[in-house]
Amino acid sequence: MSREKFQSISAADFFYRNREIAGFDNPVRATYTIIRELVENALDACEQYSIPPDVRTKLIDEGNSIYRIRVEDNGIGVPYDQVPYAFGQILFGSKYMLRQSRGIFGLGGKMAVLYGQITAHSSVKVLSSTGGFEKYFYELNINVQENKPIIRRKEVTPNPGRWRGTIIEFSFEGDYIRAKPKVVEYFRQTSILLPYANILFIDPDGALYRFDKITEEMPKPAETVKPHPYGVDLEIVHRMINATRSSTMVDFLVNNFHRVGAATAMNFLKEAKISQNANPRTLDSKDLLRLVNKMKDYDGFQPPDAQCLSPIGEELLKKGIIREFRPEYVAVTQRGASAYAGYPFIVEAAIAYGGDIPITPPDEMLVFRFANKIPLLYDLHSDVTMKVIKKINWQRYRLDLSSMPLAFFVHICATKVPYKTVGKEYIADRPEVEYEIEWALKTCARDVRNHLAKKEKADIVQRRLSVFEKYLPMIAQFSTELAGNGKPPDYEKVLRRVQAHAKEVEQRSLVEAE
Amino acid sequence: MLRKSNREVLSKLSELGNEIYAEIERGEFPRIRIPSRTTSNIVFDEELGQFVLGNQRSLRSAANIKQIRSLTQLLWVASFAKRLVSEEKSSTLRDLYYHSLNYGIRFRDQTESDDTVTDLETLLGEPREGFNIFPKERSAIFGDLEIEYTTPETHKGRRVNLGSNPDGVMVGLSVAQADFLSCKADKVFVIEKNAVFRRFIEERVYDKFNAILIDTAGQAPRLARLLIRRLNQELGLPVYLLTDADPWGMHIAMVIIRGSANAAHLRELTTVKAKWVGLWATDIKRFSLPSFPLTKLDEERIRLLEEDMRYRDFEWQSELQEFKKTKRRAELEAFSAHGLTAIVDKYLPKKLKMIEES
Repeated sequence: MSREKFQSISAADFFYRNREIAGFDNPVRATYTIIRELVENALDACEQYSIPPDVRTKLIDEGNSIYRIRVEDNGIGVPYDQVPYAFGQILFGSKYMLRQSRGIFGLGGKMAVLYGQITAHSSVKVLSSTGGFEKYFYELNINVQENKPIIRRKEVTPNPGRWRGTIIEFSFEGDYIRAKPKVVEYFRQTSILLPYANILFIDPDGALYRFDKITEEMPKPAETVKPHPYGVDLEIVHRMINATRSSTMVDFLVNNFHRVGAATAMNFLKEAKISQNANPRTLDSKDLLRLVNKMKDYDGFQPPDAQCLSPIGEELLKKGIIREFRPEYVAVTQRGASAYAGYPFIVEAAIAYGGDIPITPPDEMLVFRFANKIPLLYDLHSDVTMKVIKKINWQRYRLDLSSMPLAFFVHICATKVPYKTVGKEYIADRPEVEYEIEWALKTCARDVRNHLAKKEKADIVQRRLSVFEKYLPMIAQFSTELAGNGKPPDYEKVLRRVQAHAKEVEQRSLVEAE
Repeated sequence: MLRKSNREVLSKLSELGNEIYAEIERGEFPRIRIPSRTTSNIVFDEELGQFVLGNQRSLRSAANIKQIRSLTQLLWVASFAKRLVSEEKSSTLRDLYYHSLNYGIRFRDQTESDDTVTDLETLLGEPREGFNIFPKERSAIFGDLEIEYTTPETHKGRRVNLGSNPDGVMVGLSVAQADFLSCKADKVFVIEKNAVFRRFIEERVYDKFNAILIDTAGQAPRLARLLIRRLNQELGLPVYLLTDADPWGMHIAMVIIRGSANAAHLRELTTVKAKWVGLWATDIKRFSLPSFPLTKLDEERIRLLEEDMRYRDFEWQSELQEFKKTKRRAELEAFSAHGLTAIVDKYLPKKLKMIEES
């Protein structure tokens, strides 16, 4: 009987062996994923520092299914000495902090680079500057087994224009022709949510997709927060203890957890039967298990605070939808903060009616889902939003999904988005999330219904008015002919009465709608 | 009634125009009240012996979005009528419907424009012939009656003897509106069908009975009914009606005498004193006429007539009962079985005598 050999593998190696779970399972999906990951990193590099993004993407067909991608942003830039690690090494953060961002661990971009290296033997070229006197160019590869960057070339050049940003370029094996619909849709939907961003994409056929910003306003950037006690597990707590410099349990809890103050910490420790002054490092595994279990069901913790999140906001959401669809009406709403499993989240939703929105058959409903500002393009029918849309009785809102031009938008932002899978294209039906989405959509639906009711009334009033405008002059003319009078009577007075009545009705309906 | 016509119709129309005009000038919504023609408002007037409209009025107001269109249509028909009368032109219902298309007056179909004409008749209490809108003519007159045309302009003053054309003269507006100059006849025979009308001319019935002959060609058109009434009222001629012996023929006679429910809004179309000479149901046996069984439709019709206010008189009811009993009907031509002239030689004298004696 031979002994099995076990060996540790590097993080880079792990992802190399499991690339399909990160969305690189085939050339089509890889093309889409690479573009998405790079654009998202570029957008994050801008937004997290309140820089209105200006992101340009170019994809070039190099033949034999090899494509060269180039993404340029005007973000904060990567400091000179960190470039190799930012693009050439797969790292896990050592600080256990949470922040709403597009990528979960900042891994997506590196996976893209790794994929390019594997499929096209491409090294990655990076040009970056933080806006100082120099800009620096790197050509890198990843040493997969050792998980280390290999620097092929390095150049520092003057930066007289004080350019700031990052340009990344590499080749990979892909299939743009088949990925194209999703790629274009990705840019389009991203622009809906980011009306403050210039987004430009030139595809291999030379087609230009350009989305210009229509506002300078930006949502406030997301803030980093400590984890909430509800949201940690044994492994994380174990690591946190290893990393902490706190010498007592009270200090440890107060310093490392979200919304835990001294009083809460002391009460909690009493409940968990752990001494306040115990050194966290001296807890045995039984204590540790009890501590973590107690964290899950102790109800004395303050709920997570959503101040750290960066929702789009009703106004911006509306602007983006209007730019894309020019609808007759948009109802938007932002729900109050909620939390699931210790992670704060906020749901924003919109329902747009009319304009460029087509009437769609039921299985092609226009449902736009976003999570942390990323459009979700796959697996609509497994998504919680779809479940909610199917559940709502739209007739109560006098909306008919099969005969009315309607589009639905749902954005969830959270320190951790409850994706169902690592491929992250649909959201799990956590009851807290489902509840928020449902009420957000219902609020919008009520708003749209009121608009339609108001419009209907105004239409009726207008139609009435036009009937009078059509017939009164005729009545005047015929009565003149019958009476044998020289000139027709002045019917304006009568018409004014009709108009006054119309105005009255309209005002009454406004009051009713409110 | 057609005699009073033009000036009176014109003044009614301009009165209507003045009212509407004044209302608009005052800043009010013009409105018109028209006697309602719904079944519940059609009542039998004992004195007139015909159906008339009751007191219900229906409103056509410009303030009401549902009525303003039909008010406009009504006023258009009125102004169209005014033009016809003042220019001494005439038109038909179909013609009027086509005219409307030129004026942006949308009638859904001719039924709607026909109804609007009836509205105007009701409102003014004038038949549409009064404002020169006529149905298609098919009735004819023959007899020793000298008339002078009053319309159209081209024929005004021209005289004609209605016995001059052996086919009879078509009863149109000009004949119906003509002045009666002289008349040697002392009675009128109104006949339901052309074949018998011709036979009467050929058999010189006009001469033998000193009568004017009128062919209604089925249900009598309004102009024929007007002319019959004028002959009866202006010349004092007794009127005798000859129809088939079936519920339909009977009703042709009844409409001439007491009017139709459709024209309950109009008076002065009826000839109450006219007499139905036959064929009666009882004549079938009396004169041994060849007959046919009643159809289902005939029997249903009889049941309806039994309930009809106009038929409540004993003579009419007993004829209806006879039909029900014998379940047979006969046509005017049935007399031919007894010889070409039987109807003239035997039947007419006998029936006229019966009627005089009753």
